Amino acid sequence: MSEAPQKFGGREPSRVGRFLGSGGGGTLDSLPPSVRRLLLPGVVTLLAFLYPTLRPYLDDLPVIGDLFPAVGTVVIMIVFTMMAVGLNVVVGYAGLLDLGYVAFYAAGAYTAAWFASLQFEQVTFHFGDVGINPDLPGIHLSVWLILIIAGLLTATVGILIGLPTLRLRGDYLAIVTLGFGEIIPQFVRNADNIKGFDLTHGTFGISPIDSPGFGETLHDAVGLPVNFQQSTNRPELFFYTALLLLLFTVFVCVRLRDSRLGRAWIAIREDETAAAAMGVPLMRTKTWAYAIGAFFGGIAGAYYASFKVGAFPSDFFFNLSIFILCMVILGGMGSVWGAIVGGLILSYLDQEGLAKIGTAIGINDVPKYNFGIYGLIIVVMMLFRPTGLIAERRRKQELEEGVSDESLYGMQA
Amino acid sequence: MADTAPTGGRPAFAGAAAYVPRTVVGWLGLLFVAMLVFWLGANLVNDPSEFFNVFFIGLTNGAVYALVALGYTLVYGILQLINFAHGDVFALGGLVASSVILTWFDVGGESGTGITILAITTALIVAVLFSSSLNVGIELVAYRRLRNAPRLAPLITAVGMSFILQDVGLVKWGVEYQTVDPLIPNTVAFSIGDVDFQWNKISVLLLTIPVLLALTWLVTYTRQGKAMRATSQDMDAAAMMGINVNRTISFTFAVAGALAGAGGLLYFLHFTSIRYDTGFQLGLIAFTAAVLGGIGNLSGAVLGAVCIGLIEQFNEGLELYSPGSDWTRSIVFGILIAILVFRPEGLLGERTPEGQ
Repeated sequence: MSEAPQKFGGREPSRVGRFLGSGGGGTLDSLPPSVRRLLLPGVVTLLAFLYPTLRPYLDDLPVIGDLFPAVGTVVIMIVFTMMAVGLNVVVGYAGLLDLGYVAFYAAGAYTAAWFASLQFEQVTFHFGDVGINPDLPGIHLSVWLILIIAGLLTATVGILIGLPTLRLRGDYLAIVTLGFGEIIPQFVRNADNIKGFDLTHGTFGISPIDSPGFGETLHDAVGLPVNFQQSTNRPELFFYTALLLLLFTVFVCVRLRDSRLGRAWIAIREDETAAAAMGVPLMRTKTWAYAIGAFFGGIAGAYYASFKVGAFPSDFFFNLSIFILCMVILGGMGSVWGAIVGGLILSYLDQEGLAKIGTAIGINDVPKYNFGIYGLIIVVMMLFRPTGLIAERRRKQELEEGVSDESLYGMQA
Repeated sequence: MADTAPTGGRPAFAGAAAYVPRTVVGWLGLLFVAMLVFWLGANLVNDPSEFFNVFFIGLTNGAVYALVALGYTLVYGILQLINFAHGDVFALGGLVASSVILTWFDVGGESGTGITILAITTALIVAVLFSSSLNVGIELVAYRRLRNAPRLAPLITAVGMSFILQDVGLVKWGVEYQTVDPLIPNTVAFSIGDVDFQWNKISVLLLTIPVLLALTWLVTYTRQGKAMRATSQDMDAAAMMGINVNRTISFTFAVAGALAGAGGLLYFLHFTSIRYDTGFQLGLIAFTAAVLGGIGNLSGAVLGAVCIGLIEQFNEGLELYSPGSDWTRSIVFGILIAILVFRPEGLLGERTPEGQ
């Protein structure tokens, strides 16, 4: 922590400039740094928003035309990417290995299920719901509100899990999170009869879950859709909203990384003892990382449940935590852009890519071995490019130059 | 085999009676123990013979878990690495053993005693050799390069390795369970009161106990064992004393793998079915056992494994106040979390800075 905290932009040659090949002195470099630095993300975002419009034309492209995922698939990809970006806060920034991220995802999904379905038919409570018969029993809140509730509730769960466990270091913490990742799905499966009270509807899951929408008033005023479910272009509507949520997540995570809290996380990741000696409050800082990672996991879970119109315990298996971790590792731990790239690549492979590759090479079983393939990706990345596809600068130093003292007897392979 | 010198932590169990908790967490832990004692006591009074029958089953299961738990503890002791792939090494060992028994010898319930014994012995040798070379290979390929990397790097690699091994099992043996008739009869060897001791359970103990004694002897009295202990204490210092650290680590992985192979065979014989993903679940249970006993501590791993085996069986078999088998996994992991929170050094472990 002796050097000044580094930020993007500044004296560095512009990334966009390099990307577009205009090196030093090009027109792009004459732009102010704040604009320059937003250029590439801006272009990517714009292209992403145009995807549903462009997709019919992309299909006609030769050879690669078949590879483009359906818009509905992209929604799932974005949700997973959101989780990867959230997990990146915990694993990448703060260096806390979380093997139970799926627990937060489950918490989010079930929050949506509780507050926007027929589950609690003992009560009838409606608030801000759209396209739902007002006499329908159960709690029906606006899905937008639920996203916030889910985020906060899951963050609370994260803090509750974190408080007793974050004292532990490294691998012990990984194991505890793994334990929670195993307990919560089992709890969800079994909690259909707690003294006669049906909390989660057991293995059947809770379905249907209400859909987001903007209601009649906004529809009449500015033409926003009343209810996504009843719209003809449902996947597209979910797509745009998911993209907005992802943008929000990325924005928050980037800003956090450059904040005082973010620097504290990185300090803890690099050397916990030194960070503590420098006055970084370990517990509070780690708990924040946990809460924020959980927050986005919760939102993603709630949104996904609403998109899938249900929350099912079979969605929350341990492997999913590893899957999301694999996205972060593939992309580059600590790098937000890496998490996005890793998330998109892996969730694409999982949803459509592996099946398509399997068909292309004539082995239909490829999707069956998905986790072996992800495992292979993890191992190969850790061995040969531990910094990930898009390396975060500090992480790169850490991994390539090492943080420990020189070995006395040259055991490095 | 803890990696640090004792730092003046309190010795295990010393003055347990006079232990007064200082914190809320401590009181919670005490409450937890009190509830456990009450639950077991109520069941013991309710139906003693059932209690001891369940106890014996739990002990047998615990013996199988112990073989796997020792592998975790050995590797952790020497590298401070949670070898996630260990459970899958165990499963592959069991699957190889199943192939030997079912395909090579085609042994079933009606086969003669001679051929059954021959099949089991061959399966034991093959599984042990296979698993230990597999484990050594994994260390060479996946962990050795990362020895000086940040500690999370090999851990993540181990998780990846675990998935690769699972899919190897899936490719070779498919999704179906490999099942075998009970090869060792469950006739009653002897009874004490109403409690029956069956051959199939005794045989597990008869195999496990010598293995554990041999391991203790290996670590405590042999030159190689001394090298292992030295390496686990301080790798640099051990290297300076002329110990070939790489070879010692390979040897440790070989021993751990051999135990996993034997465990795989025993699991297959005892529970009569095994599948590619058996190792993952059992690995987690065994790891919990190792942590419960105090990771890095050999006798701790055995004690922890027996405790976990007992708790599982008590939970599923006892009548009064038992949550039932739906909750077994939650309970096992709940224990894991509770141990890590309340007493990270485990039952027998020494207090290390890791746990603080």
